[in-house]
Amino acid sequence: MTKADIVELVFEKVGFSKKDVAAVIEEIFESIKTTLEKGEKVKISGFGNFNIRQKRARRGRNPQTGTEITIDERRVMTFKASQLLKKSINSQPSA
Amino acid sequence: MTKSELIEAVASKVNNFSRKDIEIIVETLFNSMTESLSKGDKVEIRGFGSFKIKARDGRQGRNPKSGENIFIESKRVPFFKAGKEIRERINKIS
Repeated sequence: MTKADIVELVFEKVGFSKKDVAAVIEEIFESIKTTLEKGEKVKISGFGNFNIRQKRARRGRNPQTGTEITIDERRVMTFKASQLLKKSINSQPSA
Repeated sequence: MTKSELIEAVASKVNNFSRKDIEIIVETLFNSMTESLSKGDKVEIRGFGSFKIKARDGRQGRNPKSGENIFIESKRVPFFKAGKEIRERINKIS
């Protein structure tokens, strides 16, 4: 499922124009990204939480060449699924 | 930011949609993603990230409190991988 599929699904359910739905969905993800960029977490109840975590610099190794490299400190985005999402994922027999 | 704050933020940016309209779209969006994942499908949002389901085999575990042996049933767990754009954006010097 891609963003285009989501736009299609939402469009079928809500009846606004497809162009408008696409713009709103674009803005939803943009708002989430802007918030995370500021270091703030985003909590979508029933779905899950998006968080930013600070990682310290560490020594690493290029797995291909074996060369030692320094991995700079950086921020990473994490997702923690809500109980509801986990439950939903396990409620149907696997495809 | 909570879901209702997200709805507010989006409502302040787009014209010709009421707060209620945005709320419906936000709910429908996350419900569709949940449904898709529940079917075992992958969800890919360009620039944001992708969600995938992985299967975990059952295993022998232990109740850490009582020390009792228990069997942990196989289950499916969701995984998220951040997209390139967001990975870069959160590392820009703020």
